[in-house]
Amino acid sequence: MISLENAGYSYGSRAILENVTQELAAGSFHFLTGPSGAGKTTLLKLCYLSLMPDSGKLEIFGQDVTKLNREQITQMRRRIGVVHQDCQFLNHLTVRQNIALPLLVAGKNIEDNMENLEDLLAWVDLDHRADAFPEEISGGERQRLALARAVIMDPDMIVADEPTGNVDWEMGQRLLTLLVELNKMGKTILLATHDLNLIRSIKGRVPASVLRLKGGQLDLAGAQL
Amino acid sequence: MNLNPLSFLFGEVASDQVVPPRGNAAWLTGFASAAMAFIAVFALTLSIAVGRLADYWSLELIRTATVQIVAAESELDAQTEAAMRVLTTSSGIDSAKIIDESEQLNLLEPWLGNDLPAGTLPVPRLIDVQFSEEGADLESLRLRLESEAPGATLDDHSYWREPVIKASKRLRIMVAISLALTGLITVIIVVLSANSALASNQSIIRTLRLLGARDSYIAKAFVRRITLRATMGAVAGMILALLAVLTFPTQPESNGLLSGLSISGLDWAYSLLVPLLVAVSAFIASRMAARYHLHSVT
Repeated sequence: MISLENAGYSYGSRAILENVTQELAAGSFHFLTGPSGAGKTTLLKLCYLSLMPDSGKLEIFGQDVTKLNREQITQMRRRIGVVHQDCQFLNHLTVRQNIALPLLVAGKNIEDNMENLEDLLAWVDLDHRADAFPEEISGGERQRLALARAVIMDPDMIVADEPTGNVDWEMGQRLLTLLVELNKMGKTILLATHDLNLIRSIKGRVPASVLRLKGGQLDLAGAQL
Repeated sequence: MNLNPLSFLFGEVASDQVVPPRGNAAWLTGFASAAMAFIAVFALTLSIAVGRLADYWSLELIRTATVQIVAAESELDAQTEAAMRVLTTSSGIDSAKIIDESEQLNLLEPWLGNDLPAGTLPVPRLIDVQFSEEGADLESLRLRLESEAPGATLDDHSYWREPVIKASKRLRIMVAISLALTGLITVIIVVLSANSALASNQSIIRTLRLLGARDSYIAKAFVRRITLRATMGAVAGMILALLAVLTFPTQPESNGLLSGLSISGLDWAYSLLVPLLVAVSAFIASRMAARYHLHSVT
């Protein structure tokens, strides 16, 4: 699914990631942890093609990402669902419209996907907030909205950057449960968090591993929970 | 998802909904287009009206002449009679009419005021001559007047006509330059507002890209919005300008020099070209700006 081989990324002269080597198998569940500034977000950005590695090699779905053209990158992005900590919604669109956005930009018929859309709204418990605007809903609801939007295209992989960072423990557990359900459906999950309690709470629910970044390098790669 | 009511005009499914409907760039585009369209319609109307007025003046002057008789008081009537005889017996002349004293004073009124005491000014006797369609032989008419009424001189208005034609040609060139500049400024404003719209919506562009939107899709969404706003602004500007034009005097007044600046008939249709040209300019300019912007942003 994802293969990193001595991958690195620098902002100017400052190296953020160095020699990261890791394989993420299809259908696996990974926590990415580490202190602030360790490079977690940068590694996630590489994985959802917002950034390109400037050294080493990164393969996603068996393709070297540095050799992809714009169209291939676009097609590959449609196979990856992303949940950001700050969510990044279009605030002038409703909850329902935001969830449907990936379908719209991919040129899919919204009418054909209405049932799926309503199911998703119910799955993330936002069916009663479907016509509200993102700024009118709570932090937990926003995270569930981001998750629903990330899965509407039935992606192969979900990348989540601190999705529980701005919500309470109970809401964090609800989100984790949703991610576990997705993983059981065969989706690969890569979840960045610095919340060790959240990581521990998955024990016994699905097989998961922990990747820990420190100073731009993986110092713990694949410890099983 | 709600469809944009104008989506049938543009095809595809309401993709321009991804662009926020409000913002400084939206206001700027609409207002600037309205102002530019107002100026353009005004300049266009002025050009048409001035052109027609110049043609009117020119035609009026070419088909008329004035015979001026300067003679001693005792000979004035005899000279006038002789001149009238020449004029009524020459070919190519429709009519010849002696301008009476009160009419002469009316003609002098715009320059000298209306309180002129009759008879105090040594004004020459004037005969208004109207030529027929085929016109008269001015040289032989001059010779005949010279021999039969030596105090009479024929003024064929060429002294007045040439500056009028020259002035109207220059005015038309100035208006054409104004129109070209207005068009150029409109394009520049649309490019700036397109860049402003794209820059102020960076987070939306980033989000759309991560959701799998092609750059062409994003560009199209912005281009549609900007084109629509510019067109609506231009239509509003055109309507306001046409309402202003309606306040122009409609008929040349008898003693006014700059009257008759209105437009009529099919001339109004030219104004409809302005929003159309703004729409086309906005489409091309915003498309180029969007493509350049998206290409330069990773």
